[in-house]
Amino acid sequence: MLTSTLLAQLLNGLQYGMLLFLLAAGLTLILGIMSYVNLAHGSLYMVGAYGAAAAYGATNSFIAAIAAAIVGAAAVGFAIERLVASTLYRRDHVDHVLASFGLVLLLNELARTIWGPQPLFLTVPDALSGTVDVLGFQYSAYRFAIVGLGIAVVLGAHYLIHGTRIGMLVRAGSTHAQMVSALGVNIKVLNAALFTFGAALAGLAGGIAAPIVSVQMGMGENILILTLVVIVVGGIGSIQGSFYSALIIGCIDTMGRSFIPLGLREAMSRELANAAGPAIASMLVYVVMAVILSIKPQGLFPIKVKT
Amino acid sequence: MNQLLKPACLALGLIALAAFPFVAAQVDASFYVTVVARILIFAIAATALNLVFGYGGLVSLGHALFLGLGAYSVAIPGVFGISNGFAHLGICIAVCALAGAITGAISLRTTGIGFIMITLAFAQMGYFAFMSLKQFGGDDGTPISAGSSFGALDLGNSTHLYLTSLVVLVAATWLMSIVRVSQFGMALRGASQNARRASAMGFNVKRLQWQAYVLSAVLCGIAGMLLANLSAFASPSTMSWFISGELIVMVVLGGVGTVLGPIVGTLAFIGVEEAMKAVTVHWAAYFGVAIILVAVTGKKGIIGSFSLSMAKLQRAAT
Repeated sequence: MLTSTLLAQLLNGLQYGMLLFLLAAGLTLILGIMSYVNLAHGSLYMVGAYGAAAAYGATNSFIAAIAAAIVGAAAVGFAIERLVASTLYRRDHVDHVLASFGLVLLLNELARTIWGPQPLFLTVPDALSGTVDVLGFQYSAYRFAIVGLGIAVVLGAHYLIHGTRIGMLVRAGSTHAQMVSALGVNIKVLNAALFTFGAALAGLAGGIAAPIVSVQMGMGENILILTLVVIVVGGIGSIQGSFYSALIIGCIDTMGRSFIPLGLREAMSRELANAAGPAIASMLVYVVMAVILSIKPQGLFPIKVKT
Repeated sequence: MNQLLKPACLALGLIALAAFPFVAAQVDASFYVTVVARILIFAIAATALNLVFGYGGLVSLGHALFLGLGAYSVAIPGVFGISNGFAHLGICIAVCALAGAITGAISLRTTGIGFIMITLAFAQMGYFAFMSLKQFGGDDGTPISAGSSFGALDLGNSTHLYLTSLVVLVAATWLMSIVRVSQFGMALRGASQNARRASAMGFNVKRLQWQAYVLSAVLCGIAGMLLANLSAFASPSTMSWFISGELIVMVVLGGVGTVLGPIVGTLAFIGVEEAMKAVTVHWAAYFGVAIILVAVTGKKGIIGSFSLSMAKLQRAAT
C-alpha cells in the first residue's frame, strides 16, 4: 500500500517537476543571459493555458490547442520583449520588477475581460484519457505523457544548447555577453529569439497543464513563485541546474504534501498534526530554498565563469 | 524663498490632513477617511521599505511578510480576547524584530537577484503558513472584533485610528530624515553605491544592512498593525507577493531614497487606483499600462522629477 502511494506520489512529483522545468528553462535563460527579472513569466503560462482552452473550444482538437498555446504565448512574449523588456535590460532590477508588476496586472485583466472570471476546463484528449500500468498499479496516461514530453524537451534543449551554433552563442552570451557582441553577433536578435523561445516553452507548459488544472486569471502567479525557487536553487542561468532542481522541488513539494501530514499524525496528536501538517508541507520548498541559498548563495549547480 | 516655502507647505499639508476626518464627518464623506487612512498606513510601510530599498539599495520583495505579521499580532490575541493595544504592539515589535533578524541574516548572504528571490521566498513561507492555520481562519482570514485599545486611545474608532496613523507616519518620516544624514544612514547609502569602498573605510556593511532590515521590519509591522485595525480583518493575502510588489511600486513612484518619496508615491498609487476604480471596472489594465510606462520611461520618481524641474526653474530665474 505504502509503496504504491510512494510510487504514485513520486510520479506526480516528476510530472510537476517537468511542468516547472518548462517554465524554469525559459526564465533561467532570460535571467542568466539578459539579467532580466521577468516576474511576468507566469502570465505567459496563463496565456498558454487560455490559448489552449480557446482553441480546443473552437476546434475540438488537442493538437490545435497545444499549437495555439505555444504560438499565443510566443507572440505575447515577443511583443513584451520588443516593447518593454528590451528597453530595460541595462537598467536596475527594480525597473524589471516594476514593469513585470504592470504586465501581470494588464494580462490578468485582459484575460478576465476576454474569457470572464469563471475558470475554464479542458478535457484530457481521448487517446490519453486511460491509465497506464506501472509496476502493477494504474497511473494516468496523460500525466505519464507529460513526463515523457518533459524528457523530450530536456533532450531537445540539451541538443540545442550544446550541439548547435545558436546554442553556442547562447552559452557564450550567458557568461561573456559583451565579448559575443564585440565578435559581431547581433545580440539584440539573439535576445529577442531567446525571450520568445522561453515564452513558447511557458506557453507549452500552460497548454499541457490546462486539462489538469483550472484555467483562470492569476493561475500564473503561484507557479511563477515556485519556478523562481527552482531557478534560484538550480543556479541562475543554468538549464541543467534548473532541470535537476525542478525535479527535486517538484518531488519535495508533492511528497511533502502527502507524507508530512501522515508522518506527523504518527508522532503527535491528530489535532495538532492536522493543523501543522499542511503548514509545514506548503512551506517546505521555501525552507529548502532558504537553507540551500544560505549555504550556497549561487545555487546548487552554478554556471562556472572562467575569468 | 525655497527655505521658507518647503516647511510652510509641509505645515499646511499636515494641518489639512489632521483636520480632514472632522471636515469629512461634517459633509458626510467618511468613506474618504478610510481611503486616506489607508494611504497613511501604506505610506508608513513604504517608508519602512525605503530604508532598506532606497537607502540600503536592497530590493526586498518580501516586506508584505512584516505587514502581515503586524496584522496577525492584532488578530491572533483578539481571538483569545486580548484587545490590549500595548500587548498587540509588544507582540508586533517582538515578532517582527525576530522575523526580521532571522530572515535578514539569511537573505543578506545573497545579493542582487538572489536577494529579491530569497526575501520573496520568506514572504511566501509566511503566506502559506497562515493559509494553513485553520484555527485562525486559514485563507479566509480572521475578523477582528475589537481594535487595539491603548486606554483612552481606541484604534477601533476610525478617527482615533486615522490620527494615530498620521502621528506614526510623521514620526517615521521625521526619524528617516534624521537617519538619512546620520553616520549610520550615510554609511548605508555609501555601501549601496559601492559596498567594497564602504567596507574598506572600516564599516561592517552586512551589519549595517542587517540593522536597517530589522528596523524596517519592525516599522512595517507597526503599519500592518494599523492596517488590521482599519480593515478589522487580518488575512494571509496581506502577505502575498503582490502587496510586496505594490510597496516597491509606491517607493519607486515617489522617488527611491528620498524622505518624502514614499508618502508621495503612496498617495499617487492609491489615489490613481481609487480614481480609476471609480471610472472603469477594467481599471487594472490601465493601471498596469501606467506602471509599465513609469518603468520604461525610468523617471526618478515624482520627487526626483519635481526637484529637477525646480532646479531648472531656479537656473532660469538667475
